[in-house]
Amino acid sequence: MNSVDSIPAKNSLLSSQAESERTLYPYVTGTSVIGIKYNDGILLVADMGGSYGSTLRYKSVERLKPVGKHSLIGGGGEISDFQEILRKLDELILYDNMWDDGNSLGPKEVHSYLSRVMYNRRNKFDPFWNSLVLGGMKKGQKYLGTVNMIGVHYEDNHVATGFGNHLAQPILRDEWHENLSFEDGVKLLEKCMRVLLYRDRSAINKLQIAKITEEGITISQPYALKTFWNFSAFQNPTLGAEGSW
Amino acid sequence: MFRNQYDTDVTTWSPAGRLFQVEYAMEAVKQGSAAIGLRSKTHVVLASVNKANSELSSHQKKIFKVDDHIGVGIAGLTADGRVLSRYMRSECINYSYSFESPLPVGRLVVQLADKAQVCTQRSWKRPYGVGLLVGGLDESGAHLYYNCPSGNYFEYQAFAIGSRSQAAKTYLERKFENFMDSSREDLLKHALFALRETLQGEKLTSSICTVSVLGAGEAFHILDQETVEALINAFEVGAEEGPTDEGAAADQGGGATDQGAASADEGVAAMDI
Repeated sequence: MNSVDSIPAKNSLLSSQAESERTLYPYVTGTSVIGIKYNDGILLVADMGGSYGSTLRYKSVERLKPVGKHSLIGGGGEISDFQEILRKLDELILYDNMWDDGNSLGPKEVHSYLSRVMYNRRNKFDPFWNSLVLGGMKKGQKYLGTVNMIGVHYEDNHVATGFGNHLAQPILRDEWHENLSFEDGVKLLEKCMRVLLYRDRSAINKLQIAKITEEGITISQPYALKTFWNFSAFQNPTLGAEGSW
Repeated sequence: MFRNQYDTDVTTWSPAGRLFQVEYAMEAVKQGSAAIGLRSKTHVVLASVNKANSELSSHQKKIFKVDDHIGVGIAGLTADGRVLSRYMRSECINYSYSFESPLPVGRLVVQLADKAQVCTQRSWKRPYGVGLLVGGLDESGAHLYYNCPSGNYFEYQAFAIGSRSQAAKTYLERKFENFMDSSREDLLKHALFALRETLQGEKLTSSICTVSVLGAGEAFHILDQETVEALINAFEVGAEEGPTDEGAAADQGGGATDQGAASADEGVAAMDI
């Protein structure tokens, strides 16, 4: 037998094995995350669904997590990649705390770090398949920003990922203002989430709201929104839409 | 015949528990011309004496900007000082790339000290022959650190290193209690007076010193010669008399005694700093 024949098959660089170690497409995904600034801090909201393709496979995925003392992260997209990011952030915060010198990473620093990580991974053609929202508060400064899977990052007074960008942002542009109280902030976010629930097929009616203020971080227990499905447009959605059945 | 058997290698202990090579490196710091540093709550001033090697040459740079919020003053082997400054610059720039915020000074100092320490524990290396006064500003305020070849580091209100630094230290020890609430101008004044103490009678002029400042709302920068000249004239540092509030004769006397005490100490506790 000619030994040359067997070499290409064993060469891992040429085989397709190396390629399949990258995230080529997401498996289990979370949908939109929304974040707003309000008078005492930042509010984030996300539902708890995990979709396996278009199947609503998981119903209690926690997508809002604290990062250190001053930051809060919300993740959409590939859930396992989000978990990997949380692992990296845990390590980062642990290393930061180990200095024990009174300095600590704030939301601005974490956001910057994440945007470097996301962009770095996309440059390896091995992206973390996520859209992230980062909210936080340090020394009285509110911070709210977002990063996506290719490293695009920006700060704003209200941010939303995925479908939220199309359905929630227009509402926020109309109704958000600097002096929202906590109650009004929650109402506004629930309004957005209700619209998403009606129109985004991967959204589910079980969500969490997270709050970060000078006092600290609180993440709510899961709860559901009241819905009303008897709108006439819902009863026969294609009525008057010509060319559709 | 009575050659020291324990100083051929950095990693060899003497029976008395000393590392001679490390102590020799500490001596190198004392050979260099003086550098001093002092700080208030909001500002740090670093200053140094410039000694040209010969009439024909210029002096070597002894104060380096590391970043907008960190500067160093060195005494000892300038070449080693530049290597360490370059390391510090690169650490700062990498940190700001990742986090878009300035590297906390205390952390940089620890990294620097760790780097120096490694050289005292490897047989094929030599310790750095340079002492660094690291001044910086971060979220916990202004800081001044001294890093030495042994890998030790200390935080100070005010400190002086290099040749005849004991005289400057004596001056600073007498004044430091007011430094915390001092204005930027007061720090500059004390820096110049402390610097003059190291000159042993030589007149302080802007051509033989470098002065730098950093503080809240003021990025680290080295003052240009005209500014330093103006400060020297304004504070009358160039005048023969000492600081107007106290007798110059007493100053000189105190400085001389302390210097004597320091040289007596040298054989005993070189490792302390």
